[in-house]
Amino acid sequence: MKKKVISALLCAAVAGSMLAGCGAQQAAAPAAEPAAAPAATEAAAPAAEPAATEEAAAEEAAPAGDEGKVLNIYCWNEEFKSRITDHYPGYEEVDGTHGKMGDVDVVWNITPSDDNAYQNNLDETLLKQESAAADDKIDLFLVEADYALKYVDTDYAMALKDLGITDADVSDQYEYTQKIVTDSNGNLKGSSWQACSAGLIYNREAAKEIIGSDDPADVQAAVADWSKYKETAAKAAEKGYTMCSVNDTYRTYSNNVSGKWVQDGKIVIDPNMENWVNDSMELVEKKAENTYDLWGDDWAKGKKPEGKIFCYFGPAWFFNFCLDADQDGTIANQGGWGFCEGPQAYYWGGTWICAATGTDNASLVKDIILTMTTDKAVLKEIATADADCVNSKSVLADLAGSDDGNLDLLGGQNPYAELAKGAEGIDLSNLSPYDQGCNEEFQASMKNYFEGNASKDDALAQFYKAVEEKYTGLSH
Amino acid sequence: MKKRSNVVKYNRWGYIFLIPFVVVYVIFQLVPLVTTVGNSFFENYRSGLMQVGPNWIGLENYKSIFSTPDLWQYFGNTMIMWVMGFVPQILISLLLGAWFSDPTLRLKCQRFFKTVIYLPNLIMAAAFAMLFFTLFADTGPINSILMQIGVLDAPYSFMNHVWSVRTLVALMNLLMWFGNTTILLMAGMMGIDPSLFEAASVDGATATQTFFKITLPLLRPILIYVMITSLIGGLQMFDVPQILTSGTGDPMRSSMTLIMYLNKHLYSHNYGIGGALSVFLFVITGILSLVIFRFTDNRKAIK
Repeated sequence: MKKKVISALLCAAVAGSMLAGCGAQQAAAPAAEPAAAPAATEAAAPAAEPAATEEAAAEEAAPAGDEGKVLNIYCWNEEFKSRITDHYPGYEEVDGTHGKMGDVDVVWNITPSDDNAYQNNLDETLLKQESAAADDKIDLFLVEADYALKYVDTDYAMALKDLGITDADVSDQYEYTQKIVTDSNGNLKGSSWQACSAGLIYNREAAKEIIGSDDPADVQAAVADWSKYKETAAKAAEKGYTMCSVNDTYRTYSNNVSGKWVQDGKIVIDPNMENWVNDSMELVEKKAENTYDLWGDDWAKGKKPEGKIFCYFGPAWFFNFCLDADQDGTIANQGGWGFCEGPQAYYWGGTWICAATGTDNASLVKDIILTMTTDKAVLKEIATADADCVNSKSVLADLAGSDDGNLDLLGGQNPYAELAKGAEGIDLSNLSPYDQGCNEEFQASMKNYFEGNASKDDALAQFYKAVEEKYTGLSH
Repeated sequence: MKKRSNVVKYNRWGYIFLIPFVVVYVIFQLVPLVTTVGNSFFENYRSGLMQVGPNWIGLENYKSIFSTPDLWQYFGNTMIMWVMGFVPQILISLLLGAWFSDPTLRLKCQRFFKTVIYLPNLIMAAAFAMLFFTLFADTGPINSILMQIGVLDAPYSFMNHVWSVRTLVALMNLLMWFGNTTILLMAGMMGIDPSLFEAASVDGATATQTFFKITLPLLRPILIYVMITSLIGGLQMFDVPQILTSGTGDPMRSSMTLIMYLNKHLYSHNYGIGGALSVFLFVITGILSLVIFRFTDNRKAIK
């Protein structure tokens, strides 16, 4: 008898857990219906708008009124946290992942970008945003240019005007930094404190040996366009130097394309990407460029004189974040780098602050965005303390004309005039939500060609294959 | 009557002790297994933040994975790297196991060496792969040593040659697992009746003869177990090549394993294709295990 009871129990347990499995799937299905969700948020948005502005008005009279007590920030490294810690008035650090702004607790949710972990985590949380408790909702999240459109072009990111931030507030910013985070309806949905126009950072000692001068104007003349760049590269190879990695020059080409990576669901390889492949192959064959992956140990050897690297391609954050100026024996430590515009204008990286729809800290979010990305005093502080190229035309103009902008690691050179000029010249009409995957896979696949492991066609075939795996539904 | 109910009473404990296993098995193994098979018949992926599906599409996912020869290439890569690691591994383990379990050798510090050979298994595979990645980098220590002693003139790019990458993966798997295999084989060898060895030595058998005529045949059940578990582990090879090649499986995907391929589809949360690949892997594992089993069983029957 008891045997029967127990076996019945076991059967029930088996059946029960299987049903539980089914139940979970069914529960997930309605949430997954793409049509329902946007409709709901669209309906909610107009209703929320007046409420938000009223709230903002009330906020000015009595700060931190009825708003949430927890501010959740999603980001992928310590950069924004250190900017807030150093430059946001009234921020107190509690521990590595917590802080306080007045009586609001700030929770930092930091997930590294490696293997797409940051976006996976953000996606899951954003998809649950509507049903999350007020204190668990994301209030702020950061995005990078390569995938900004993925978030900006959805209802999960809030338009800045709904927060009460006007066009006049952000008028001093560079246009390209706004284009990246403007959705298809023309709403601005994010803001950045950085303008990441980039150029060529060269090793002064090597420049003297190869070009005969380390003056930025002379070096710029030697790398003014790609044919001159190649001539200089050939000379560098003769002197035992390597120009840089093919992956360093990549973004200079990929920013100056004539069309998007994906057009009408088809992957398109732009003629300028072909140029990158051909030019790079030529230089790799001459041993004037290497094929090292960015950020790897091999690639990083060039930060020291014995690495025999002529240059890196990078924006202002590269100075501070990547050149290891605080380590003995690096070129940066000895002030041995120089900066010039390089062959073509381009930008690289940058971090945009987005407000998440459904935030319960709207006025605080508004204040953070305004303070960190438009307040000129704060931006100037960021520029001088962290050698960041800030997103403000007037602050950059200011810096370019004063000794505050001279950087030790560039041997006292002031790069801000070049950086500002570059930021004006960036054209971003060809961004697509697929850029991150396409850029990563294109570099990875072409490495096979540069290393002689595949013909160009085979490498391209592998690129198509890899992108179609990443983005189901694309073809070529 | 009374006797029977006592037996039932006693049996009851058996069922009670089984409950934890059954519950855990059902929740963490059986349900995922069934849902995986179920997933493989649906179109279910995410494009950006937009969810597509799940829509019933029958066998479309299977058609799409079999529509290119890629799947067989990745299966081939997996098997090549497994065999390259497993063959030396089993040879080394047999040798070490024979030495360790041979009382006539009177090896000193046995415990120490048994611990040491097992140690690599305690390191996380990812950390181990990262270590090798750094060691064998173009400007890494291995290349600079080889250049200083004059073996190489220019650095050898280990990560850009098909066979060097495969060899490194095999070498890492070998280093990580030979200790484990040695311990299993040693346990098997120590289970063999010592009187057989004595009888052999009385009959004048040499050490080699004893090994091939007595140890090996009696070790067969353990060997089959080791082979099948290693095969299953080998088919699921992922972390070492994934980290070593930064997930690309390059050069030209010659070191991409089946699970790495599956992982590629998880970028877009494509559970349909992922499910179909898992079912394929499940079937392949079953078939290969049966082959090993039959193969070794037949030989026994012939004898």
